[in-house]
Amino acid sequence: MSALLDIRDVVVRFAVRGGVFSSAGSIDAVSGVSLSIEEGKTYGIVGESGSGKTTLARAVAGLHHASEGSILYRGQELVNLPEAEFRKLRREIVMMFQDPIGSLSPRLSVKSLITEPFRIQGMKGRDLDAEARRLLAMVGLPPEFAARYPYQISGGQARRVGVARALALDPKLLIADEPTAGLDVSIQGEMLNLLARLQDELGLAIMIITHNLNVVRHITDRVGIMYLGKLVEEGETDTVFSAPRHPYTLALLAANPEPDPDAQLMRIELQGEPPSILNRPTGCEFHTRCPFAQARCSTDVPSWQVAGRAAHRCHFPASWEQDRDCPT
Amino acid sequence: MTVLDIQGLSVSYGTPRGELRALRDVSLSVPERKIVGIVGESGCGKSTLISAIIRLMAPNARVRSGTVRFNGEDLLALPEARMRGLRGTEISMVFQDPMQTHNPVLTVGRQMIDIQYRDKRSKADKLKRAAEMLALVGIPDASARLNQYPFEFSGGMRQRIAIAMALMARPSLLIADEPTTALDATLEVQIIKRLRELQDEIGCSILFISHHLGVIAELCDEVVVMYAGEVVEAGSVRDVFHNPAHPYTRALLECDPGHIKEKTRNLPTIPGNIPDLVKLPGGCIFADRCPQRHDACTEHPVMSEASAGHRAACHLIKARIPA
Repeated sequence: MSALLDIRDVVVRFAVRGGVFSSAGSIDAVSGVSLSIEEGKTYGIVGESGSGKTTLARAVAGLHHASEGSILYRGQELVNLPEAEFRKLRREIVMMFQDPIGSLSPRLSVKSLITEPFRIQGMKGRDLDAEARRLLAMVGLPPEFAARYPYQISGGQARRVGVARALALDPKLLIADEPTAGLDVSIQGEMLNLLARLQDELGLAIMIITHNLNVVRHITDRVGIMYLGKLVEEGETDTVFSAPRHPYTLALLAANPEPDPDAQLMRIELQGEPPSILNRPTGCEFHTRCPFAQARCSTDVPSWQVAGRAAHRCHFPASWEQDRDCPT
Repeated sequence: MTVLDIQGLSVSYGTPRGELRALRDVSLSVPERKIVGIVGESGCGKSTLISAIIRLMAPNARVRSGTVRFNGEDLLALPEARMRGLRGTEISMVFQDPMQTHNPVLTVGRQMIDIQYRDKRSKADKLKRAAEMLALVGIPDASARLNQYPFEFSGGMRQRIAIAMALMARPSLLIADEPTTALDATLEVQIIKRLRELQDEIGCSILFISHHLGVIAELCDEVVVMYAGEVVEAGSVRDVFHNPAHPYTRALLECDPGHIKEKTRNLPTIPGNIPDLVKLPGGCIFADRCPQRHDACTEHPVMSEASAGHRAACHLIKARIPA
């Protein structure tokens, strides 16, 4: 099986301007991430704010330049690809941005917004009215919406317009950055069902960035957990959720408040605050907050360990019952 | 003893399309030393309710009827000067976005001194008090960090600073409007835990607004469910979450992916949209989306008791429990 997208050791580096008391330098917002996404599958990237999720997504979409590593899309190298070449690929790799209303130009009608990709890609001779109707129907909005402007639609509807625009050119890979943030639970369900249906119909691969673990659990095939620009655990979603190994994954899963006042929660309290990426801890980057950290965690960088259908980077991973019959 | 007692509150907005009836006959109360959660989706009137309580309403808003009693005083009838005296001392607020609640060009210490302007104490005393509050919300090395600016703190820390500032005057009521929405899961848990401890220590009541059912379940003693400007259900967290009496509450709980144990790609939703609050339908406000709609629903239901202290506005309650 060949991967649609193959990310290898990608580093996205930003220059930091020196202040009065500090010298100029650089930070690695994404620091050596490798993962691959199969055709028609959903990959979830989870992590706290500032963990580099969005930066990674933007690097794949060609909106940030990867300083190191390789991003292969169907075997084609995206790193250092000239912008003119990348523009052609934007028919196939599309991105849905975080802020649903903010990402729609307030001065364009919904019709102009969702048919803009045809114009940008120079696809002339299309009946744009018909295309607009087709796209609106696809995302479950009535045809009258074509004449509306962003201020006349709700947040949930704006997300649908965002999906319609992203899917206008029949892409192969959809990058969805927090597609349900700020939505009410019932509308969140509608949005995720829509993405799942479109995925089945169009054979889309989806890279979904979110910090909502419940969303990840239900709709993704694989998941990668990011912390300070690095993956700490990645693998099949079911495996990672049923037998998390990395303490950070454990803490994230345990910190997911359940809608049940009597839920028996296993809480793993993290110490302190997320460290600054400017001041990356030595050894395992998580050791400053890890409740299980030992002496070697502050000096030795952990390497990847495969456990079943997932892998993690931790010197002292959690062990689980099913380990005995786990084909590692 | 009830700290906040709202009875029959109705608030409307004047809009070009006509009167938008954002809150209709809302009643709820916050007992002393309790945490009451308000849960509801966008457009349910949560924000209008808060702005009516602290009397910071939009210019086109109008209170049509009702009372908001705070420790026995009707806030809606108070002179502005007295109201201003209550805000920040007796009633304080924590807002949703910790990134925007602080003044970016003043140090945290300066802002914490400024909000003690009513006290006739020395600046050194005020600074000491600020450091104590920061330590109380769990900011390490508090006195040194008073000299720092908001941008030097993480989101979770800034929200804790906002909580410290809100609790500085030891108010009897803290209103928290989605205080954890902008935070990550691990920080959300920290804030909830801290709020509970502080509430216990200071002995205040909290009105906690959220659309996150998990957070409400974990933090609150009582919960009020709002839909399209009305209270549809109220009771103890346990009653409401374990035995929801209103079909809307049931639908809301079913929609929460955290509630669904089996992995599914087809998540439950609530079909339809919230009604237009300018052209209100007659009868039950949830009727057109309700799976259990029946003939009686053309009439507006009143709140009736499903069990002791657990009430909901649904005709089915009376049908289920014979009087």
